[in-house]
Amino acid sequence: MRTICFYFQVHQPLRIKPYRFFDIGDDHYYWDDYSNKSIMRKVAQKCYLPMNALLLDLINHYNGAFKVSFSISGVCLDQFEAYAPDVLESFKKLVATGHVELLNETDGHSLSALKNKEEFVRLVKIHQEKIKKHFNGYEPKIFRNTELIYSDTIGATVAELGFEGILTEGAKHILGWKSPNYVYKNSINPELKVLLKNFQLSDDIAFRFSNKSWPDYPLTTDKFVKWINAIPKEEETLNLFMDYETFGEHQWADSGIFEFMRALPEAVFRGSDFGFSTTSEVVRNAKIVSPIHVPTPISWADEERDLTAWLGNDLQDEAFGKLYELADKVKGIDDEEIQRDWIYLQTSDHFYYMCTKFFSDGDIHAYFSPYDSPYDAFINYMNVLSDFILRVEKKIKESKPV
Amino acid sequence: MKVLMFGWEFPPHISGGLGTACYGLVKGLVHHNQDIIFVVPKLWGDEEPLADFVNASGVTIDYKEKKFKQIWKNLTYLEVGSFLVPYLGPEEFKKYTDYALHDRVDVDESVFSNKFEFSGKYGKDLMKEVSRYALVAAQIAKSKDHDVIHAHDWLAYPAGIAAKHMSGKPLVAHIHATEFDRSGESVNKPVFDIEYAGLHAADHVVAVSHLTRNIVINKYGVHPDKVSVLHNAVLDASIIESKVKKKVPEKIVTFLGRITFQKGPEYFVEAAKKVIQRDPNVRFVMAGNGDLLNRMIDRVAELGMGTRFHFTGFLKGQDVDDMYAMSDVYVMPSVSEPFGIAPLEAVRHNTPVIISKQSGVAEVLQNAVKIDFWDVDAMADAIFALLHYPSISKMFKELGSEELKNLKWEHVAAKLVTVYDKITKE
Repeated sequence: MRTICFYFQVHQPLRIKPYRFFDIGDDHYYWDDYSNKSIMRKVAQKCYLPMNALLLDLINHYNGAFKVSFSISGVCLDQFEAYAPDVLESFKKLVATGHVELLNETDGHSLSALKNKEEFVRLVKIHQEKIKKHFNGYEPKIFRNTELIYSDTIGATVAELGFEGILTEGAKHILGWKSPNYVYKNSINPELKVLLKNFQLSDDIAFRFSNKSWPDYPLTTDKFVKWINAIPKEEETLNLFMDYETFGEHQWADSGIFEFMRALPEAVFRGSDFGFSTTSEVVRNAKIVSPIHVPTPISWADEERDLTAWLGNDLQDEAFGKLYELADKVKGIDDEEIQRDWIYLQTSDHFYYMCTKFFSDGDIHAYFSPYDSPYDAFINYMNVLSDFILRVEKKIKESKPV
Repeated sequence: MKVLMFGWEFPPHISGGLGTACYGLVKGLVHHNQDIIFVVPKLWGDEEPLADFVNASGVTIDYKEKKFKQIWKNLTYLEVGSFLVPYLGPEEFKKYTDYALHDRVDVDESVFSNKFEFSGKYGKDLMKEVSRYALVAAQIAKSKDHDVIHAHDWLAYPAGIAAKHMSGKPLVAHIHATEFDRSGESVNKPVFDIEYAGLHAADHVVAVSHLTRNIVINKYGVHPDKVSVLHNAVLDASIIESKVKKKVPEKIVTFLGRITFQKGPEYFVEAAKKVIQRDPNVRFVMAGNGDLLNRMIDRVAELGMGTRFHFTGFLKGQDVDDMYAMSDVYVMPSVSEPFGIAPLEAVRHNTPVIISKQSGVAEVLQNAVKIDFWDVDAMADAIFALLHYPSISKMFKELGSEELKNLKWEHVAAKLVTVYDKITKE
């Protein structure tokens, strides 16, 4: 059967408070509790709570014929616990239906896969434990890396960890003439299946839905079903991957996005031969066509689908390099707060704020940044990191026998 | 289009940024095949022949023209003993006025002579020159054919108004700085009045930044539809390689500009103290002159950082270039800066810059750290970051020079031509 696979990314970074150089060595608390809390509450009200309720309705209404998959970052789960236990409860309810799949990722929503394999594996395991703890012993089978970053070697590492599948972007420069609507396999370890995002149809919902200058505005369920019917019959899997905040936060409620999602399953069942699957169902049921070769990492960001949103300019490289110089030192330190901060400092968003690409194009970066400029983001991060380095050095000195 | 333009100075004889901006703009307009008649109070003869230059000092006024009487009537208020000198702080102003009152001559004496010899300076007879300039402007507007009139800053506004009165052609008032920028809230009323009259008489106002546009709208009550923004540009975007080596091992952080209220020197001093407390390997330099200089010297002594904070006095020519080149960080903490071209000069020397958000240049320069002028903590933090995290300076070097290349006077002039087109059609 042909199938639609919805995967939603649920993530909120822990934002850093304004931290001056005179705070270095003095103030060891880095997090902006006020804005983290208020943003979490705002997104909970606009997106997480209403959309979770809507999905629960749909799952119940269609008796499980409608289903979705989520990846909820560890740093987001921690903030649910602190600021939005009601949201955490509603996710638990969804998972308890048996028709909602949870994916594994790195705990801190980190970019460690690009730099430090040992740290990457450690963070995957921490996230696994966190999911187990919150969701009644749930064990994810499918992996999604931060920002859908994927390469052949990252895939091989993920396969070693026992995952059956991984999600990534259906980047044009990787696929060439091939279609994203098939299931591929990792080119090093064929045991790992690779699901590719159909960015055209995903972004029609996630980015273009409320864009009035888009020729296809307004997007209706009939129109969408017409488009999926136009997909060649032999292409059986349609992967619609997007940020969960699409619903109510990026596309506001008054755009009609909730009504669209409420009506979509009915329209799909009535007007097409598509059904719905979770990611692991796709991995198990679809036929695997061929290996996919991704020698250099890809991601789901920007037009380039590369890493340049997070790494590559001098600011990002200095910050990222200085951070991971600490990996070996932090490993041996038995201190809960240092361990916690170490993970939160790895979150990809901190590096995203330092991106200078938006000077020329994507103001999408500016929209998501709490800073006026990438330079402000860098300065604040480096001040915090400077203090963190002092703490780490101090701990190491203390623990050495005199 | 034939443009009758009134300025106050033109390179190479300039004392401020106004002349440089006029030069760039004229160059850009010539690029777009506009005919410019450029009038200045005094012509020196070595100006680049970009326009049909008119020396106001050489114009003979024909008083038989009836309209002169009315123009003069409108101008007499300028003559009422206002020995006003702009671009000077209150202390120097007092010095000048004391002198002027003592030395006073009857201001009306030369009104009805046929010619008037302008100094073209910003001296004690400035108001007298401004009003005579307007009379000459009317004469030029009568004798020279033109489609549009363009006046730069308040000194030339009475000239622009008089020319419009004579020829009936539309007037563009270009505003490079307002009295609020120069003096804060304690404005000189006569200057404000001239600015007000010029901005309201104009068919269209051109401001050098959104910041200035907002002042024009909010403080002068000009209708927003009438005010456009034309940011300044740079004449030469090339990187200046300097052979100057600094002679001290410490990093150098520099303030370079007039030491006046408008430039915010006191915030620089306070930020310096915060940085020095944490990092002794820094020296601060305040280059320039102005009425707040002594107060700054006192404050530096009071804070006990005299061995780390240096004053150079007024710099010019090569010394300015050397100062930029020696600096590891350039700071422009202006309280109110309509545009502010100096940070762009620093960029040309590959020197990283910190600029206040209260400056027009902050609207066009991305590769700079931007802070509120009053936020001394943020300023200190930015200085510290530029000295300690090398990648920002590296990025500024790579991207800053690219940015400069896009700030072209041709682009500015192209926008101005559309303004001309619009108001001449109306």
